[in-house]
Amino acid sequence: MNPRYVPLAATVAIFLAAYALCILQYPNMLSTRVIGNLLTDNAFLGIAAVGMTFVILSGGIDLSIGAVIAFTGVFIAVVLESTGLHPLVVFVLALGIATLFGALMGAIIHHLEMPPFIVTLAGMFLARGMAFVLSIDSVPVKHPFYATMKAFYYRLPGGGRITLIGGLMLLVFAAGILIAHRTRFGANVYALGGGVQTARLMGVPVARTTIAIYAFSGLLAGLSGIVFSLYTSAGYSLAAVGVELDAIAAVVIGGTLLTGGSGFVGGTLIGILIMGLIQTYITFDGSLSSWWTKILIGLLLFGFILMQKGFLYLSKGGRRLA
Amino acid sequence: MPGNTFGSDDIILSATGIDKVFPGAKALNKVNFQLARGEVHALLGENGAGKSTLVKCITGAYRRDGGRLVLDGADIDPRDTFEAQRLGIGTVYQEVNLLPNLTVAENLFLGRQPKRFGLVDAREMNRRAETLLAGYDLDVDVRAELSSCSVAVQQVVAIARAVDLSGKVLILDEPTASLDAHEVEMLFSIVRRLKAQGLGIVFITHFLEQVYAICDRITVLRNGQLVGTREAAALPRRELIAMMLGRELGDEIKAVARADAAEGPVRYRFAGYGRKGHIEPFDLEVRKGEVVGIAGLLGSGRTETAEILFGAEKADSGTAEIDGKPAELTSPRAAIRHRFGFCPEDRKVDGIVGDLSVRENIALALQARRGWARPIPRAEQDRLADQYIKALDIRTTDREKPIRLLSGGNQQKAILARWLATNPEFLILDEPTRGIDVGAHAEIIRLIENLCEQGMSLIVISSELDELVAYSRRVIVLRDRAHVSELVGDAVTTAHIVEAIAAGEKQGAA
Repeated sequence: MNPRYVPLAATVAIFLAAYALCILQYPNMLSTRVIGNLLTDNAFLGIAAVGMTFVILSGGIDLSIGAVIAFTGVFIAVVLESTGLHPLVVFVLALGIATLFGALMGAIIHHLEMPPFIVTLAGMFLARGMAFVLSIDSVPVKHPFYATMKAFYYRLPGGGRITLIGGLMLLVFAAGILIAHRTRFGANVYALGGGVQTARLMGVPVARTTIAIYAFSGLLAGLSGIVFSLYTSAGYSLAAVGVELDAIAAVVIGGTLLTGGSGFVGGTLIGILIMGLIQTYITFDGSLSSWWTKILIGLLLFGFILMQKGFLYLSKGGRRLA
Repeated sequence: MPGNTFGSDDIILSATGIDKVFPGAKALNKVNFQLARGEVHALLGENGAGKSTLVKCITGAYRRDGGRLVLDGADIDPRDTFEAQRLGIGTVYQEVNLLPNLTVAENLFLGRQPKRFGLVDAREMNRRAETLLAGYDLDVDVRAELSSCSVAVQQVVAIARAVDLSGKVLILDEPTASLDAHEVEMLFSIVRRLKAQGLGIVFITHFLEQVYAICDRITVLRNGQLVGTREAAALPRRELIAMMLGRELGDEIKAVARADAAEGPVRYRFAGYGRKGHIEPFDLEVRKGEVVGIAGLLGSGRTETAEILFGAEKADSGTAEIDGKPAELTSPRAAIRHRFGFCPEDRKVDGIVGDLSVRENIALALQARRGWARPIPRAEQDRLADQYIKALDIRTTDREKPIRLLSGGNQQKAILARWLATNPEFLILDEPTRGIDVGAHAEIIRLIENLCEQGMSLIVISSELDELVAYSRRVIVLRDRAHVSELVGDAVTTAHIVEAIAAGEKQGAA
């Protein structure tokens, strides 16, 4: 097998093995209901993780997405409460702000040659702070359009539902895969991850690509905020704390190298599903503390980082012998 | 083709009166350079002569401060390498500038992937990549990641990309530095083919044999000024070197009267020293004031020998003695405590800390030996830096300049200064003259001889056999990660070394 597919294959194998174990213990878990809920419950995380995958593939990191999700949620709730705008108009506004915010961070990262970690960390505080400025309290969304959207779903055989937000996540993943592997922008993202200097010498438009990557991540964080708002029917400035870290975990478990340049958007979906599966298992068990989710994800992450290190070691060793 | 008599129609690229000023230095001063169709034109000069700067002005990596650039009859002013590429000037650098994490085909077509229905058509891209590489007699899996290919193949891919992209002028910036003889020949056959297609090729290298093997004309720069452009066939090597150095190299690289250190006592004795998978156990004795050369082909275990002596790799067999007393050399720290020093081969990776200043780079090893709890006073650091900048003639505007801005030879000298600052008694130099120019070669060799006269023991690893022979009293020959032969005194000649390597070759085949 081509070595670049090995981490992805490992992710898929772990997911299948984990799912098989779950089913052995709780045969009920093999139902479209569970799968439907898995998609719905992780929709906002999945959408944000697609953006994170692009950022990490390019060799960067985006710590601001949790805060942007919270900001978007609060923004939508506050605007809907205080104006008569239609939710769809507010959504477009929110997406615009989130995209601009991402683009601005990308521009700072590129033009001021600042590390993405610092810039997006500042972005995280800024977005979270702006959410507090809009409202300290949880603002409920009571617009009837929300109920309409929530009632919209596709019924799977067996009683499961692909909700609007679950379906949206799948669409975002499909679009992400297409962009990553079948467009020049996608190739440029991988190129940046392979080495910015080299990519520049090869004629990759580094400035444009960097800004586009963070704008894309911002856009998807905004979309994730909308999905989160639909999911919870409220906007709260303390929501979605640490989602960026969950997204990073999903990307790494999905087989993408944290150093950039290698990985697959599709892998991130599996990463999300693995994390969701652990949660579902704990719900089914009923007696386990939900902190076991974190512990297991931590162990998985550790395992994956060890595996990546191992691959690097092996490929280097192989070359040394050659 | 007669030398300077190309008709104006034959000239594909003409640079006239190129100026480039850096803060504190005039890098190029009214340099003229003419490249004809179907010629290979060597661009030579010492480190810091302005070769790279000129090339960067031509490829748009730098904006020139003055002068005209005419490509194919039209004035050009490329703002970046991308624009130069589109205009027809392609460049291939010493370190392969492709992306190791992409496939061969993706590297070839990055930024100009064939599209179908608005999306990248990977199948078409792979097909075109195969066709393109077939023109270079290169049979590789274009779907494989570039990092899985050998450096030579990567180099050819880089050339194929540059030629396919640009097609008028190809600039080869030290393309052979990391290739072996066979690979160089492969590269040259490609260069000859491109030359026959009418490309103008600029060839930058430090290997003078290669210049004579492939180049039609030679342009020499020195200190940012044009020294001259000459027909290669009509320019004796001696004269070329004189042009490059601005002085006669004369007998600077002649065999020196080797100080007879044979009488002295053995200071360092390694017995059965080795590490599984790295280097077979070997015996090595080094006397005070002696230079021991280590020769062998690439991958024969030269660097491994150095690493194990310095404790960078732990020996798993054998013993080390210093002045008759057993010594534990289990880590570089331990080795430094025994007054060992080690200048590694790949200074970019293992040696310099690019963003630190020349002063900080020089003080690094001494500081490490003192321990971080006892910082070297700034005045002392300044004194050290100034002393070595002067002693080794490190060319830098001042000691606070980040070392990455220095040229290769000067970086090498700074690393040497780093170890000399610790007053080592046993110094290991791995390829001290790799990638630096002729003049710096001579200086480094002179340094080695001086150090040895001062009573330092040196181990020098080099693939430049002439040099090894010049300064070594003994030469150890390596092959297949084992020490196969030791030449002493008058037996130290290039012929004998080659013979010893070849003899191992035969044994290996038997």
